[in-house]
Amino acid sequence: MTDITAASDKLHNWASKENTNRVRARYAADRRLQIYGIAAISFAILVLAILVGSLIASGASAFFQSKATLTFFLDPNAIDKNDISNANFRKIVNDTFSKLFPDVTAPKQKSDLQKILSTEVRFTLRDYVVANPDKIGQSVTLTVPLSDPFDQLYKGVVPPRLNALSDQEKARFENRLKNRGLIDVVDGRSFAKINVYIDPAKVVPEDIAAGGFQAILLEGIDALFPNQRVAGIYAIFDDAAAEAIKQHVMANPGVIGQTVENLLVPVSPFYDTLNKGQNPQIPNPRIGGENEIKWFEQLKGLNVLSSPFSTELFLNSNSRFPEQAGLSGAIVGSFYALMVCFLISFPTGIAAAVYLEEFAPKNRWTDLIEVNINNLAAVPSIVFGLLGLAVFLNLFGLPRSAPLVGGMVLSLLTLPTIIIATRAALKSVPPSIRQAALGIGASKHQVVMHHVLPLAMPGILTGTIIGMAHALGETAPLLLIGMNAFITSAPGDILEAATALPAQIYSWSDSPERGFVARTSAAILILLGFLVFMNGIAIFLRQKFERKW
Amino acid sequence: MLSYVLFSLLLLSIAGYYIGRTRSIKLVSGDEHKLHSRAGYHGAFIAAWIGVPTLILVLLWLMFQGTVVDQLLLASLPADKTANLSPSQIDLLISQIKSHAGGITFGEIDAVVEEAAARYTTWQAIAKWAMFAAALSLGIIGLTAARSRISPEFRARHGVERILTGFMIFCSTVAILTTLGIVLSLLFEAARFFAIIPVTDFLFGLNWEPQIALRADQGISQGAFGMIPVFAGTLLIAFIAMAVAVPIGLLSAVYLTEYAGKRFRAVVKPILEILAGVPTVVYGFFAILVVAPALREWAAMVGIEMAPNSALAAGFVMGIMIIPFVSSLSDDAINAVPGAMRDGSYAMGATKGETITKVLLPAALPGIAGGILLAISRAIGETMIVVMAAGIIAKLTANPLEPVTTVTVQIVTLLIGDSEFDNPKTLAAFALGLVLFFVTLMLNIIALRIVQKYREQYD
Repeated sequence: MTDITAASDKLHNWASKENTNRVRARYAADRRLQIYGIAAISFAILVLAILVGSLIASGASAFFQSKATLTFFLDPNAIDKNDISNANFRKIVNDTFSKLFPDVTAPKQKSDLQKILSTEVRFTLRDYVVANPDKIGQSVTLTVPLSDPFDQLYKGVVPPRLNALSDQEKARFENRLKNRGLIDVVDGRSFAKINVYIDPAKVVPEDIAAGGFQAILLEGIDALFPNQRVAGIYAIFDDAAAEAIKQHVMANPGVIGQTVENLLVPVSPFYDTLNKGQNPQIPNPRIGGENEIKWFEQLKGLNVLSSPFSTELFLNSNSRFPEQAGLSGAIVGSFYALMVCFLISFPTGIAAAVYLEEFAPKNRWTDLIEVNINNLAAVPSIVFGLLGLAVFLNLFGLPRSAPLVGGMVLSLLTLPTIIIATRAALKSVPPSIRQAALGIGASKHQVVMHHVLPLAMPGILTGTIIGMAHALGETAPLLLIGMNAFITSAPGDILEAATALPAQIYSWSDSPERGFVARTSAAILILLGFLVFMNGIAIFLRQKFERKW
Repeated sequence: MLSYVLFSLLLLSIAGYYIGRTRSIKLVSGDEHKLHSRAGYHGAFIAAWIGVPTLILVLLWLMFQGTVVDQLLLASLPADKTANLSPSQIDLLISQIKSHAGGITFGEIDAVVEEAAARYTTWQAIAKWAMFAAALSLGIIGLTAARSRISPEFRARHGVERILTGFMIFCSTVAILTTLGIVLSLLFEAARFFAIIPVTDFLFGLNWEPQIALRADQGISQGAFGMIPVFAGTLLIAFIAMAVAVPIGLLSAVYLTEYAGKRFRAVVKPILEILAGVPTVVYGFFAILVVAPALREWAAMVGIEMAPNSALAAGFVMGIMIIPFVSSLSDDAINAVPGAMRDGSYAMGATKGETITKVLLPAALPGIAGGILLAISRAIGETMIVVMAAGIIAKLTANPLEPVTTVTVQIVTLLIGDSEFDNPKTLAAFALGLVLFFVTLMLNIIALRIVQKYREQYD
């Protein structure tokens, strides 16, 4: 009783400033938490957007292939009708291409010229002639791919020329020299005014030519920036500057031991160009030199270039040359592996789930199986690869890199997913269905086969498709069983060496050529396309057929 | 060939089905009610009797054909040819014969190999046809045996159901067989590894340099196989991943369960789930294409040197991958807190934020902790991101800007392109796999325990 009266003595003042502040602070904390939540979600979505965006940005160009339309004359003297494959197609291609550039005659330049076309054009031509032997003696017009650097150049992915000077270097020149009024233009050439001390220790009057003018120049540059040397400044001058000092001293030997003020020394050509308000550039080393740029411009002028949709990306198999590399082998390999995976894991998974859910007695053995399935679902995928390597390849002696083995490993990997999904689908079928069927005399097997399974099928299929989609993207176990091999043709059956889509992405991402970056992104986009398609089917099935009881 | 065999067996089974059907109907002269089992069951009974034994035969045949032919081939070689050869030289000889038979010839081929290759080709052909003949005759035996049992009183349905039950039991043991296969193959290969490298060197060694000399006189005759730096690298990357995934996953789960409206939730949750559905090889490429260069540039802006394959880039991308995992597990844990606790907190005048931080999160903590443990186990076992974005050289460091390597990276680099199973380099991969398997298994078991216990508390 006393407690209550004591408390009510100091009744809480809800309207006090202190209290309002506290309430405000509490609500501010609440809002903060909300903002953190929104920030976290936005961050995750942003990263997803960057992921997809960067892949589209870098992969879009790979869907198009720059090509040249050339007319080849199939000289009957050069091609033996009875032995077409061994004709010198390389020479035919080279000669045809060289004809477009009549002014290129030097052998070195001629061979540089050929780098514009893909190396494999001769095989394209050979295959064409083998398929059409009646065309020998005629001229044929073929559209053939350009080599990777020129493909990139034509599509504008890489520029023909690069800036010779970085922004930092340009700014340094502007701030440190030009804005201090140290740069003069004489006779169209840029010079810097510097003070140099002609050190008698470095130059002796008897032999001025042998003097250390480089060192004198550097000291002179240092003197421009007392206490704040910037090594980058030295690069603004080249040997011509030291030569200018030398000339000056030779003309006036009396300056030795003195400081020459405001001596004009030339800046290097790039800075000369910069000083004249232009942007100094060098040819892109990926493409070659000025010659290649000139030739390419010439080729563009001939109107033989185009960049149509790249069918090579889908129809070709792997190749060392990015412009010829395609995904057909990988897609077929993935298809075979997924088919094997489906044929094994779908019936096995359903049978196991039906047994565990509908028939199995509750005992230690079935408990063990259940724990096992749950644990298998969490085993790292690479461990399944080790299993495949040790058991399927080494113990059973199945062929390496075969889609059969890949599919078997993937099926072990997806089995837990399918079993868990099937059990969930079976559970969702109400017991009244089973009781009704049993009640009119169906056997337990008939109840399951005729009623429960069909009703659970949409759920099972959804789970299976999601499991298959997961298997399609799985890479690590495939690497261990050798499905990342370099194979230049699509596999004919499930026992031939093959590669798979994600393994192909991995091996392309490892390739140094510029063209493979775009190819990798394009392959990823295609893989993601398949995944979206499969998941779309799963979602459609779920919405269209799944029943809520 | 195999597809022809399987196809003809399938045809035979279908034929068996129709034979069984028509025969049973004929026996009761068209009055199906007199049959104990419906006609289809009689057909299915015969089909099963054809299909199951032949399929088992074909599988066994395929499994052992290679070994048997190899043994025959070896026995058929002249004794003086194989007398002084080591097992690996014999393997080489056998594969030389096989590749010669396949039309690929390396170097000089002597007459013995030539003859053996011819024999090998013949035996292969014989084995193929023998398999076909054996499977076909077994199928026909099955057909006649099963057909003779058909009568109106015959309980074909029971037979079919028994076979089906057997099939289902077999399928449900596949999970056990898989686990057994994993454990046994890892243990077996790891045991071979530990016969060369002592277990203590492997578990406690501080050096990981798995180079093996190709010739005896090369400098490094034996590599160093101490897994501590490899494991430390794995933990470092997993730690970075969790530092990204836990706050983001937890906060987004809190927002989605407590603050977000129904429609926002319906839109945002699937978007977050997409992050979990992106294949890891895509994340790996994302790491080397975007994240690592960007991080490097930012680091350079503040004047820090950063390796292109730093632990930070790999860990960050892995964290992104794990966000939906943490988020959905936290979501479950928060949702599992009884509504009464939430209502009680509101009734006391607590704000939503206070309810979350002071009531819901502490109550859901065991569930969240279990989820985080599962996420760690996933981070440790993740392969492609680290294979593409992390380093190969094992280095004992806690600096996230330096490259480190992980258990999974080592397994892949040790095994890619290498199929020789007699040197410690390849066997080491299995020892690492064993460690990986047990660590992830333990984490999973502990996590599931925690989650289960906590569920029981509120149920």
